[in-house]
Amino acid sequence: MSTANCPECEAEITLDASAEVGEIIVCPDCGVDLEITSLDPAKVEIAPMEQEDWGE
Amino acid sequence: MQKRLRIGVLYSRVRVEEKWIFAAMEKRGIDYERLDDRAISFDLENPQPWRSFDAVLERSISFNSGLYALRILNAFGVPTVNTAMVAEICGDKLTTSAMLARANVPQPRNLIAFSTESALEAIESFGYPVVLKPVVGSWGRLLAKINDRDAAEAVLEHKAVLGSAQHSVFYIQEFIRKPGRDIRAIVVGNRVLTAIYRKSEHWITNTARGGEGELCPITPEIEALCLNAAAAVGGGVLAVDLIEHPERGMMVNEINHTMEFHTAQPVSGIDIADEIVSYVVKVARAAA
Repeated sequence: MSTANCPECEAEITLDASAEVGEIIVCPDCGVDLEITSLDPAKVEIAPMEQEDWGE
Repeated sequence: MQKRLRIGVLYSRVRVEEKWIFAAMEKRGIDYERLDDRAISFDLENPQPWRSFDAVLERSISFNSGLYALRILNAFGVPTVNTAMVAEICGDKLTTSAMLARANVPQPRNLIAFSTESALEAIESFGYPVVLKPVVGSWGRLLAKINDRDAAEAVLEHKAVLGSAQHSVFYIQEFIRKPGRDIRAIVVGNRVLTAIYRKSEHWITNTARGGEGELCPITPEIEALCLNAAAAVGGGVLAVDLIEHPERGMMVNEINHTMEFHTAQPVSGIDIADEIVSYVVKVARAAA
C-alpha cells in the first residue's frame, strides 16, 4: 500500500488500490483538495484551483 | 479483420467518470491513450501524430482547453466526440438557447442584453424574481436569483465591474417555480439512455451543488424532447437538463457536452461509460 504526505498539513495519506494519476482526493486531516501526481512512489500535490470556465 | 482502433481521451482530471471510461476502454481491449490537457501541445504544421487517433473523446474540465483542442483536431480531420461545433453551442448557454429556439424546442424564456441599463430594462419587463446566469460556466456557479430592483442593480453593477468581459453579456432567464427537482437525461447518439431526477430544497438542483438523484421514467414526451434538443445542438454524447414548468410543462434548461454522470450511472444501473465508449468506436469506424 502506498502512502504520501499532504503538502499542506503533512498528514499521512494512504492511496486506494484503485487510485489513478490525475485523480483528486481530499486530505482526511485538513480537507484540502489534492491531485495524485504519481503512484509509485505515491505523490500528491495541492490540486489546481477551480477556474471560471471549468464544468461539464 | 477489422483494424484495431486507436482512441485518445482528452481529460483534465481523473474523475470517477474518467475512471469508468478508462475501465470500459480496457474491458473492450481498445488501444487508447490518456491525453492530459495540461501536458499536450499542438503543432499546426504537424498534424501527423494526432492523425494516428481514429477518434478523440473530449472530457476536459476546462471549457476553453476542450473547445480549442476540438477545433484543432477537427481541422486536422480527426473525428471527435463531441465535435467542436457541439462544444461551441453547448458550452455557451446563450448559443444553446438560440439553437433550441431555432428548432422550436421548448425552453424557459430568456432575454439577452449587453449593458447594465438595457439588462435592467429587460429584467423589469419580466418582473421579479429572475435568474441571471453567466453564459459560460457550470456546476451552478455564479447563478443569481434576483428578487427585486435593488438586487438587480447591485448584481448587474458587480458583474460589469468585477466580472470578465463575458460577464457583460447579460443572460436573463425567467424564474421557474419547478417542483424542487429537475431532470437530467443522458443522450448518446439517437438514444436516451436514462434520466434521473435531481432533487434539492435549494432552487439550484445541480447534483454538483448537493442535489440528490432518483430514477425518472423516460416518458415518450421526455424522449422526444431530449432527442429534439440533442439534434438542435448537433448531437453526440450529451446531458439534457429538463425542468418542469408548472403551466407550460416540460422544457429544456441546458445541455452539457462533457457531462458528469457520477449520479446517473449508479442510480440507473446503466453502464453509461461503456455506452460512450461504444459510441466513440462507432464514430471512429465510420470515419476509418
